[in-house]
Amino acid sequence: MDYLSKLENQSIYIMREAFNKFENLAMLWSIGKDSTVLLWLARKAFFGHVPFPLVHVDTTYKIPSMIEYRDRLVRDWQLELIVGKNEEVLRTGVTFPNGKATRVECCGTLKKDGLKQVLDKHHFTGVIVGVRRDEEPTRAKERYFSPRDKNMEWNVEDQPPELWDQFKTDFQKGTHIRIHPLLHWTELNVWEYIERENIPVIPLYFANEKGERYRSLGCAPCTFPINSNAKTVREIIEELRVTKTSERSGRAQDKESEDAFEKLRRDGYM
Amino acid sequence: MNPVTQPAVSSAPTEQLKIVIVGHVDHGKSTFVGRLFYDTGSLPEGKFEQLQLIAERRGVPFEWANLMDALQSERDQNITIDTAQIWFQTKKRQYVIIDAPGHKEFLKNMVTGAANAEAALLLIDANEGVQEQSRRHGYLLNLLGLRQIAVLVNKMDLKSYSQERFNAIETEYRKFLGSIGVEPKCFIPIAAKHGDNIAVRGANMPWWSGPTVLEMLDEFKVAELPKDQPLRLPIQDIYRFDERRILAGRIESGTLKVGDRLLFSPSNKASTVKTIERWNAPSRDTASAGESIGVTLTEQIFVERGAVAALETAPPYQLTRFKARLFWLGRAPFRKGQIYKLKLATQEAECEIEAIDRIIDSSTLGTISRKENEVFVGRNEVAELTLRIKRPVAFDVHADIVTTGRFVIVDGFEVAGGGIIAADNYPQRTSDSLHKSDNIYWSHGKVTDEQRARRNGHPGCVVWLTGLSGSGKSTIATELERELFNMGKHAYVLDGDNVRHGLCSDLAFSPRDRQENIRRVGEVAKLFADAGIICITAFISPYRTDRELVRNMVLDGQFVEIYVNAPIEVCEQRDPKGLYVKARANEIKEFTGISAPYEPPTQPEIALQTDQLTVSESVARILEYLHVQDADTAITI
Ligand SMILES: Nc1nc2c(ncn2[C@@H]2O[C@H](COP(=O)(O)OP(=O)(O)OP(=O)(O)O)[C@@H](O)[C@H]2O)c(=O)[nH]1
Ligand SMILES: [Mg+2]
Repeated sequence: MDYLSKLENQSIYIMREAFNKFENLAMLWSIGKDSTVLLWLARKAFFGHVPFPLVHVDTTYKIPSMIEYRDRLVRDWQLELIVGKNEEVLRTGVTFPNGKATRVECCGTLKKDGLKQVLDKHHFTGVIVGVRRDEEPTRAKERYFSPRDKNMEWNVEDQPPELWDQFKTDFQKGTHIRIHPLLHWTELNVWEYIERENIPVIPLYFANEKGERYRSLGCAPCTFPINSNAKTVREIIEELRVTKTSERSGRAQDKESEDAFEKLRRDGYM
Repeated sequence: MNPVTQPAVSSAPTEQLKIVIVGHVDHGKSTFVGRLFYDTGSLPEGKFEQLQLIAERRGVPFEWANLMDALQSERDQNITIDTAQIWFQTKKRQYVIIDAPGHKEFLKNMVTGAANAEAALLLIDANEGVQEQSRRHGYLLNLLGLRQIAVLVNKMDLKSYSQERFNAIETEYRKFLGSIGVEPKCFIPIAAKHGDNIAVRGANMPWWSGPTVLEMLDEFKVAELPKDQPLRLPIQDIYRFDERRILAGRIESGTLKVGDRLLFSPSNKASTVKTIERWNAPSRDTASAGESIGVTLTEQIFVERGAVAALETAPPYQLTRFKARLFWLGRAPFRKGQIYKLKLATQEAECEIEAIDRIIDSSTLGTISRKENEVFVGRNEVAELTLRIKRPVAFDVHADIVTTGRFVIVDGFEVAGGGIIAADNYPQRTSDSLHKSDNIYWSHGKVTDEQRARRNGHPGCVVWLTGLSGSGKSTIATELERELFNMGKHAYVLDGDNVRHGLCSDLAFSPRDRQENIRRVGEVAKLFADAGIICITAFISPYRTDRELVRNMVLDGQFVEIYVNAPIEVCEQRDPKGLYVKARANEIKEFTGISAPYEPPTQPEIALQTDQLTVSESVARILEYLHVQDADTAITI
């Protein structure tokens, strides 16, 4: 079996375990390439169906074409979409870049707290998230089934053992489990799979006339394009095979301090 | 042929190998990974500068380990807490490097990392030599099934790159590995901090003529999927998204084809593969190990999550106990007398320790002895033991089939231990009547049935009592036996409980095991009847087809089916063995009348309404029937 198929089969297995074990299961959909691959894998696992709702935490700062793309897929693939917003913070305007919040604080309230509000409202006990170990160093330490306590906190110093595909599916009331079916994929693997399966991705990933493309998508004020001439999936794959810049180099919130991102994730960020 | 030209950097890798780095705390595992990345040019842009900045900001010496030790708590203590994974590529393939912690406190994280790997590098500090976790990790790698192990003797700089020191460590550790049956691939002397013998040879160990680590890595082999082993497809779930009913799961071993007859354990139902389901993939009529697929069946049988599908010719064992080698990671010990959850493939069942044969200190390999009343396996200990499971589970011996031969134990909410199933002489289920040999003939003696009947004063027969637990079968059977005995007849009772202790002790209460139980009893009863004895049986025997099976085994008229009939409420009130109480409390699964069906006889020779008849009235009815039969047909049987 080729290695892409191995990755795929493992992700399908994880997704099916999650669907069997969690009554209230949802999948986070950031609209980026990873969560779209995740969505594709769900359709693989469930033979064309997506048997749980997708949650999109909308910061309202997303690049507008992302929302158009989102709504089109929801229509075409008949998806159930829940949009969550931290209305309170958006109303008071304590966000970035108006000066009232740092980038990290803004991620904390709009994304992390926004997520918590959705989870609480719908009583989700399992949340499928498309993070990968190669994205950044704290994610490199993640489990496939990763528990979060009632405050969404991640106890990274004391994670459950995970072996032989026996996952943590028993948990205390009030806590929830993050399920990470893409953990073992690399950025390159994701694009190779997009190519193999011919998965539609948002055009922002492809180079524009100015020779710029997005490698990772987030909120407009904190996400910057990279210089690139890759206009097709194939060209992106070629580019990634030789590049030495890291994927999140265009994500400004990671760089505010050495442990900025670790703190965010410990508090429940994806 | 021309030599193959060097592939360009951007050529697609065709395979991936997962490799774990283990060893005692501080022996340089994370440093090795950092240095390997640096020396092979695999660090992302700016990473090296970032690591330098971290050291500067903290006012501490530069550490390669900080590439992997990314948590603040790890950097503060200069220690790895949890396993991290990072990707790296040679010309040959892509590697997933799994850096495991060496501190004893984090053994569960080391196991998490190692259980995912196909090969291991074990580091030993040349200065400190072989330490407690060096040995324990070696032992656990072997238990976890890792067979490709290389040993790196690190920090050679601290021992002046001494060849003698390297040889001494190699000799000592090779001996240890040999004692647990591990043959390491090789030993390599390195200095992770300085890069000696990692990607390049360097000038410090001119005496070393063996490979560098990088050269050696490509010698490891990618684990092959067990396609040629017996088929095992543990069912994960049943989907009904449309009209079809799809059984979903991953083939763990073997190969499956459309048209294959599948046996589902432990329920023992069988059906045939109608289609193999995949989405957005070319349709194929076969699937093999490693594939997450779906199947539909020709006959709709009851299957649920946990069932293991196999070919009828090579099913797994299905028993309520097995022997295992187990490692315990939980904070609280694994105690005898306490109930835990067993997870084996997709099965889950309650289990407990039946007996512990030996507790092993996996570092010294010594036996740990405890007081007689303290039966438990402590944290980080290994044990050889027997587990008893509340219901039959399908399993294999780990040495035969890996995935259905290993399990984890859940204590409360936590996975707290894992183990592999050891070989033992487990009873393999006898094949049912479907595959019985056609080449066995019944040998006839020189004494005829008539002669026997004349001598005994009556012919042999089978008096088959059937009914719910508590309906009165055993009471009537023993009373009938005594009456017959007093009348000078040859009678003998086969009782359910007694048979379960010996003849059928390997069977549980699944429909198939019940069927096998009745089949065996039928065969024994037949021999008794053939010997001229009135054989009285007292079995619930809930399935009509099973009773018909026995009826067909014996001669016409020799089978007397007696329906011992009392309403379930009456039986439950009597409850002579306290079984209904347990069944209601869900402590007994598959209890006839409550959680398993009872099919009453449609045309029994006798029906006894035991809530209206006394025991002696019931016995009298049977005697009457036998007498009538005796008078009419005694000699002709
Ligand atoms: N002199 C010398 N020091 C080394 C060498 N390799 C590692 N060290 C030092 O040994 C210390 C421990 O190294 P780590 O890489 O953190 O050890 P580790 O095995 O990953 O430790 P844990 O993960 O906590 O078990 C660090 O201070 C390293 O700089 C070496 O080859 N020579
Ligand atoms: Mg380390």
